[in-house]
Amino acid sequence: MGKKEFVEIKYENAKCTLYIRPELCKGCEVCIEFCPVKALSLDKKKLIVTADNMEKCIACGMCELRCPDFAIYIEKKEGAKK
Amino acid sequence: MTKENYEFIQGNIACAKGAAYAGCSFFGGYPITPSTEIAEFMAEWLPKNGGKFIQMEDEIASIGSIIGASLTGSKSMTSTSGPGFSLMQELIGYGCIAEVPIVVVNIMRGGPSTGLPTSPAQSDLLQAKWGTHGDHPTIALVPNSVEEMFTETVRAFNLAEYFRTPVIVLGDEIIGHMRERIRIPDPGEIEIINRTVPNSDGLCPLPYASDGYKPACLPNFGKSRFHVTGLNHDDSGFPTMDPEIVARENERIIRKVYTQRNLVDKFEAIHCEDAKILMLAVGSAARAAEESALELRKKGVKAGLFRPITLWPFPKEEFAKYALNADFIVVPEMNLGQLKTVAERFTKRNKIIPVNLVNGEPLGPETIISAISHLNI
Amino acid sequence: MFDYSKYLRNEKLPHIWCPGCGHGIVMKSLLRAIDKTGWSKDEIVLVSGIGCASRLPGYVDCNTLHTAHGRALAFATGIKLAKPKMHVIVVSGDGDALAIGGNHFIHACRRNIDITLIVFNNGIYGMTGGQYSPTTADGDKTATSPYGNVEPHFDVVDLATGAGATFVARGTSYHVPQLDTYIHKGLMHKGFSVIDVTEACYTTHGRKNKKKYGSNLDMLKYQKDNAISIEKAGGMSEEELAGKIVTGVFCDKEKLEFTDKYQKIIDSVSGGAK
Repeated sequence: MGKKEFVEIKYENAKCTLYIRPELCKGCEVCIEFCPVKALSLDKKKLIVTADNMEKCIACGMCELRCPDFAIYIEKKEGAKK
Repeated sequence: MTKENYEFIQGNIACAKGAAYAGCSFFGGYPITPSTEIAEFMAEWLPKNGGKFIQMEDEIASIGSIIGASLTGSKSMTSTSGPGFSLMQELIGYGCIAEVPIVVVNIMRGGPSTGLPTSPAQSDLLQAKWGTHGDHPTIALVPNSVEEMFTETVRAFNLAEYFRTPVIVLGDEIIGHMRERIRIPDPGEIEIINRTVPNSDGLCPLPYASDGYKPACLPNFGKSRFHVTGLNHDDSGFPTMDPEIVARENERIIRKVYTQRNLVDKFEAIHCEDAKILMLAVGSAARAAEESALELRKKGVKAGLFRPITLWPFPKEEFAKYALNADFIVVPEMNLGQLKTVAERFTKRNKIIPVNLVNGEPLGPETIISAISHLNI
Repeated sequence: MFDYSKYLRNEKLPHIWCPGCGHGIVMKSLLRAIDKTGWSKDEIVLVSGIGCASRLPGYVDCNTLHTAHGRALAFATGIKLAKPKMHVIVVSGDGDALAIGGNHFIHACRRNIDITLIVFNNGIYGMTGGQYSPTTADGDKTATSPYGNVEPHFDVVDLATGAGATFVARGTSYHVPQLDTYIHKGLMHKGFSVIDVTEACYTTHGRKNKKKYGSNLDMLKYQKDNAISIEKAGGMSEEELAGKIVTGVFCDKEKLEFTDKYQKIIDSVSGGAK
């Protein structure tokens, strides 16, 4: 029995790939609030998070750490400049 | 030639020995008169034989602990009396809906509330059936001798394991504390039934799947990963509110017992075939009823005794059959008419003569005889 | 990225908790801590009572047991004693653990049985609509204290240490890496471990006390701004500590664990045969 896979929206910059799972995101805005560079914002229509300012993302992982819903995570890129 | 093993022991000890014989390996309990001897025996016997005993902080913790232990594969039991039995009701229901085998021994005493801790009564006959909320299956056995305290406890474990449901053993202070000489069966003499478990290890996607009205086949914790809950659930074990599934599962857990009554029913019918005075009694009251029935027979009165040993499910067909032929149904019990309410459902009410004793004294044959002395028999 | 899917029953997500509920944050911390132990999922039993926090086990791929309100520790005790090699973790809300479950709480502490209890302490009965609990703050308006809570509240750490638990820590749903450490330490500790996690329920509690608590995000920031380490708190007065959340490890001692102690009895009376 294969595990259920979630739909993922990808955002990229030089440092990392950021994934958002619209099926799991509840639009609580915790990730937005605690992102140190304000890379994230809320899509007010769909009430899910979008990485509108992905270019600012520093791949700190705060969003992933604080998300209560397993809805956002990053994959750091190899050899990415710090 | 093997020497037969006779012992002169108390009913409570016979009950504990029956549990040991059945393979009980976990006891979680709380002391309460007149059941405590069972716990004390298990406290000594279990660690000597690789089992575990724990005195929990209260009766609710006791039944919780035995359900937990049972989910790991242990045959587990607790023992208590009326007040503790009342406390255990919620989790008896949990055992029913989660389909976990456990044995709950209730050595009944005078009630209500603290009542008469050291005096006999048959106070919980109806509570055994209706104590816990919601619709649930009930299997309750009522021994009336030290020997039956042994054999009915073994049977209780077998029924719990087969049907995957709590089984209640209703003793009373007389049966629990009286001493009689009994023969302890040899190992293998009484068949011991163990729960069926699925063969697979790893994930168990459908622990509550069943074929028709069969018991579910849960694995044991540690062998397979699955979910157990007291919420209404589907065959995966996960909660559901789907009306069709809820109705189906609620009915299944009841029908799993009631469609296999042949495996649960047990009663004793003494001179019932032609009885005009039919006694209906259980437990220690039944011993008095038997003696009075036999005394009446000596005087030429067609008296008989119908004694359910499995009280719940009630052997209604057999009882109704004998009751039809009888002119009077005498129901002696050490309460104010619990078994009588059951009899009323299966025979004409005006035939019933209740004989009730709630003074903490044992119910004797003379009480029964004098209660029916006004009858023209 | 931490791969949570190893421990999740994906088909059961999204979980039922409200947007921004701390339970999800603490659950992730628990999963990371479990992963660090290296235990196999088959050896783990997650037990809960009734309440929002108690829905956690349903989402985790291990042996899971959702019991009756307040009774998780009783079931867990039976499991651990019957099969001591199982790793037993209890997740419980503040009401479940300390009100109806209070008796089982103090006795599990007293026994020092090797179970880890995580108290999802948001000071409210969330699942039933926001009634006050034994840890609700003084004066808070709740569904059953419409004029303000008049009952004093437990200090879970004091209660656990007083009753005999041998590992006691407090963290918050904001200070997550620290919480990972406390939970992991609790899991690895041989004896009864209690991790009191200060969290917030905006939906049923914060909303009724907006002046005091603000928004959901404010409630998280409150934890950030008001947590004091146990070391720092030592040098502060009672007035200075009012309203603060003291975090840290309060108790970490070695004491013979209950099932080990019972096993010694089994070994001595059964002639070592069992």
